[in-house]
Amino acid sequence: MSGSSRQEIKPVVKGVSYFLAHVPSMVRHGSKPSREIGKDSSLLSQILSHLETFEQAVAYPPNQVFIGNLDPDDLLRIPSPLYQNPVPNSSRWGAFGEIMPEEEFYGMLKICDEFQILMMEEDFLKEAFSRLEEHPLFTADDLQKLDNGVSLEQIEKALSEEEAMPVYVQGERLVGCVRSGHEEDFNLIPEILIENLTVKASGVLALRHLLDKLGGAEKVDYLLGCGEEAVGDRYNRGGGNMAKAIGELCGCSAAGGSDIKAFCCAPVHAIVMAASLVASSVFDNAVVVAGGSFAKLGMKFQGHLRHDMPILEDVLAAIAIWVGRDDSKSPVIRLDSIGKHEIGSGSAQQAILDKLVIQPLDRLGLKITQVDKYATEMQNPEVTVPQGSGNVPRTNYRTIGSFAVLRNEIQRDELDRFVEVHGMPGFSPTQGHIASAVPVLGHAVKKIMAGEMENTMFLAKGSLFLGRMTQLSDGLSFLLERNKGNK
Amino acid sequence: MDLKGKKVIVIGERDGVQGPAIEACVRSAGAEPVIVQTQCFV
Repeated sequence: MSGSSRQEIKPVVKGVSYFLAHVPSMVRHGSKPSREIGKDSSLLSQILSHLETFEQAVAYPPNQVFIGNLDPDDLLRIPSPLYQNPVPNSSRWGAFGEIMPEEEFYGMLKICDEFQILMMEEDFLKEAFSRLEEHPLFTADDLQKLDNGVSLEQIEKALSEEEAMPVYVQGERLVGCVRSGHEEDFNLIPEILIENLTVKASGVLALRHLLDKLGGAEKVDYLLGCGEEAVGDRYNRGGGNMAKAIGELCGCSAAGGSDIKAFCCAPVHAIVMAASLVASSVFDNAVVVAGGSFAKLGMKFQGHLRHDMPILEDVLAAIAIWVGRDDSKSPVIRLDSIGKHEIGSGSAQQAILDKLVIQPLDRLGLKITQVDKYATEMQNPEVTVPQGSGNVPRTNYRTIGSFAVLRNEIQRDELDRFVEVHGMPGFSPTQGHIASAVPVLGHAVKKIMAGEMENTMFLAKGSLFLGRMTQLSDGLSFLLERNKGNK
Repeated sequence: MDLKGKKVIVIGERDGVQGPAIEACVRSAGAEPVIVQTQCFV
């Protein structure tokens, strides 16, 4: 923690990392697939026959954008459908992180399992050991935790006698099971524990990638978790602190932490809070971290089966963002730019965007067209359109562009051009909070640092009404801009 | 379509036209919204 200096401190984004776990064999356990398989068991074979291989997932252009090997706008030059146009010579390793196969990710799950929730088959764990031994982000301490394998018979016995959930690899090969954490606690059933464990494991890997690039795990003062999980028990459902659970496995020994809950816009809330903690000198280094959404695996699978295309929602996506004190070079989070959806704002799209975009820009004296890029809901349309959910990023960009028309900044016939110049194609996995503005942050930091862009506005929305406690929406925004040094 | 006197189920979309906005339109056309919801499709 720093001293009590009252000098203004600009919070900057020092680094961003992204992580994808390719887990096609877990698609069957996603919320939508598992409910539909429960109604019609014949769906399982259809799901299994529409899963992607790891090589396909790595070469899938939107995934390459997510890990930083392609720019979002590169997708405009790749013919559709993107899943039929793999990126040649693509790598699992990217400028921002990596895509990990499920055989390795399950090993990470076991490493994260402090309570023997997971029973994994011994031969499978040996395979995982030899794979992770080669991985640069795994330590000897990690690998030691892979020693506790059991026989396949023990796994089958647990599945037949206990409340347990099977774990498969390569579609149908049984390699383990998730056990209950308490015999009478609905909050600790296997289905919830695996959700939480996958968040932890993917969050740890996102944070390890960030620390690998920036160093200084011990310098992290505070971690802000912003995933979609609800860690807790019967007396404190959603009690939380995934942030500390993740930091523990990343060497962040000096960090405190807590979790921020705000549906899909939690990461942007967390970034603004991290920036505020740094600007106010409460902490020097605050890191935002979120693991992936297990429940959303295969969420749109019906549309994909209907169009006989691969089930593309087969990845868990995670992020980590380091917010620190001004270093005269990293892009600045403008704390005078924050736009917020207020309780009294109303829920119409126009009201939300007025609060998130127009009012902050008016305050800064900027035109809509003076923001180089907008980062909004970045869901990959190839995932959502087949199920009738539309092209969400384009809808949002057109609405922002419509405001520019209304304010006479552009002509009506320039709307498509506005979307092309100030927007970008959706490329994010439909992982809720992960898709909401933050997938653009790595690209924005990179381009601003390279002098290719001046600024980017991040705006995220949350659907609070889904929890049945309020009809309200939510939203938060901030402007990221080039660091002008001491000028 | 004449909506006057009709009962209407309204399902809006978070990233498009939300429920309350559709509700205001159908009310002004003389219909009675019986359920108004906004869905999130992502």
